[in-house]
Amino acid sequence: MSAANETVSAGGARTARYFIYAALIILALVYLLPLYVMLSTSLKSLDEIRGGDMLAPPRDPSIAAWVRAWGEACIGVSCVGIKGYFWNSIKMVVPAVLVSTLLGALNGYVLTKWRFPGHKLVFGMMLFACFIPFQAVLIPMARVLGTFGLSNSTTGLVIVHVIYGLGFTTLFFRNYYEAFPDELVKAAMIDGAGFFRIFWRILLPSSGPIIVVTIIYQFTNIWNDFLFGVSFSSGTSSPMTVALNNLVASSTGVKEYNVDMAAAVFAALPTLFVYVVAGRYFVRGLMAGAVKG
Amino acid sequence: MSFLEIKNIRKKIGNNEILKGINIELEKGGFLVLVGPSGCGKSTLLNAIAGLLPPSSGDIVIDGQVVNDLHPSKRDIAMVFQSYALYPNMTVEENIAFALEMRGVEKAQREAAVKQVAKTLQIEHLLKRRPSQLSGGQRQRVAMGRALVRQPRVFLFDEPLSNLDAKLRVEVRAEIKALHQNTHATIVYVTHDQIEAMTLATKIVVLKEGMVQQVGTPAEIYGRPANLFVADFMGSPAMNMLKGKVVSSDGAQSIALFGNEGIKVAMPPSVTVTLADGKDVILGLRPETITDAGLVDPQARATAHIEAEVTMIEPTGSDTFVTGRLDGATFTARTRSDVHVSLGQKFPFSFNLDKAVVFDPQTTSRID
Repeated sequence: MSAANETVSAGGARTARYFIYAALIILALVYLLPLYVMLSTSLKSLDEIRGGDMLAPPRDPSIAAWVRAWGEACIGVSCVGIKGYFWNSIKMVVPAVLVSTLLGALNGYVLTKWRFPGHKLVFGMMLFACFIPFQAVLIPMARVLGTFGLSNSTTGLVIVHVIYGLGFTTLFFRNYYEAFPDELVKAAMIDGAGFFRIFWRILLPSSGPIIVVTIIYQFTNIWNDFLFGVSFSSGTSSPMTVALNNLVASSTGVKEYNVDMAAAVFAALPTLFVYVVAGRYFVRGLMAGAVKG
Repeated sequence: MSFLEIKNIRKKIGNNEILKGINIELEKGGFLVLVGPSGCGKSTLLNAIAGLLPPSSGDIVIDGQVVNDLHPSKRDIAMVFQSYALYPNMTVEENIAFALEMRGVEKAQREAAVKQVAKTLQIEHLLKRRPSQLSGGQRQRVAMGRALVRQPRVFLFDEPLSNLDAKLRVEVRAEIKALHQNTHATIVYVTHDQIEAMTLATKIVVLKEGMVQQVGTPAEIYGRPANLFVADFMGSPAMNMLKGKVVSSDGAQSIALFGNEGIKVAMPPSVTVTLADGKDVILGLRPETITDAGLVDPQARATAHIEAEVTMIEPTGSDTFVTGRLDGATFTARTRSDVHVSLGQKFPFSFNLDKAVVFDPQTTSRID
């Protein structure tokens, strides 16, 4: 009798599993649809786009729109494509991500392994920074950048993103290091390692998963940021997101949807790349705090 | 001249006084075990010696040098942690060499030292592995290697065996003992396990609530516990504590158990003072001093034979522990394993009073 029951429940489980897979596949298709439309539109000619069937695959795929978007499209008055802005974004995002991650790791290290009176308050205040909306800091930030002569510069944008990201990176690393055994730090102290040596030699090499999480998080946020970019930069120093907006929103001439789409794909490529390369570490890092291992 | 001196160490955390004036001395080459229940301050004291947790007041002296203000790395000590604290990102070799590297020892010299230690501990084949690829016992050995390679003045062990399974614990315990015998290192060892304390120590310090209860050799601590706490804490099964009253007859004193003059035992020879008649006392008897008639020490000067009802029989293989009930109180006797005894039976127990101790229930101290 129990055997019969098992068969029934096993059959039930299988049906449920099919249902789950079906639901997942449908949802995945829904999520992939915009990407498909972007890619196929970017490969079509303007005539074909005007034909109106958005979901149809390109009849005669061509990368002309991609070439145009990269090197010839007009952004504002200059028609040199988005490539300059792409590099602007790279020049902004790389230092901003590295500096904010490193500082977050140092903060987390101090807040868990070198506790001082009031460490909880300091952490609370850093956490609070995560909840301040971008818009609230625009004017004070503009003032500070102006005072230091960093308005409209990539350096200024890097500083803004580092400061704004510090709350998040500190939170990530503090929670990760909270679970890191104190005894390792004590052992290293007895072995004769100082503050920075313990950090470089013991903690950082053991922080792989959380470094990946932080880098992905920061990279995505900073690369995709529009508000700080549009507020604290202008003209040729703008990041990619601002340039994309200027390209798409320009109201003169013919609307080149294929070029817009190609530019948008360019804008999305770096974050896509980071996820594909480091994605599995991302999940692992998110789970690291949750499961004791 | 003692090698390690702990002078009047106090530690306050908030309003909580964790160590209340600890004084301990240890000679060079000694093996000091700090033992006590959790929360007694033994780990705090060890951390104070290591310099990881500065005491509120008092001095720590190593080899005549006051080390209070020295950084842990400058005290010339090494510590083995309960979790082993092996650096997860380094190989066994790098783990052992790390302290030498931090001290700027040449690479060739480091490698020679690591090799030497690995040979002593028989972990040569593990040198290239990472801690995550080692078993518990192997990690324990690497942790000891990391301490040994430094050749420090004092070794500190913080409950190093508590993460091992029972069989391995006995093995590693023997290894630590052999290591001490071969190297004559000065060791301070923290444990809550009284068997570890008994087997390893040359000197035991029993702590309770931040105060030293007794300092002595294992034999002193076991045979002549200073008070009821030590008597109860050290030894397994615990010492039997039987209430009684002092009675005198014909100039000789004896103890009437539970105030019942029907079950009188002679005053143990350990008591040298004359006690007031009618005084309440507690008679402490180790389980092995209560046996079946066949196991009585023929050399014993003072014995008593008392019949009691058997309420529990626990065979351990080598011996059998028999619980007897006497006037509502129970005691544990250690008998031969092949003793004929059954539950509910009136069994004749033999009490060897030569090794019995007497405590004052008011002060809880031993009466000599």
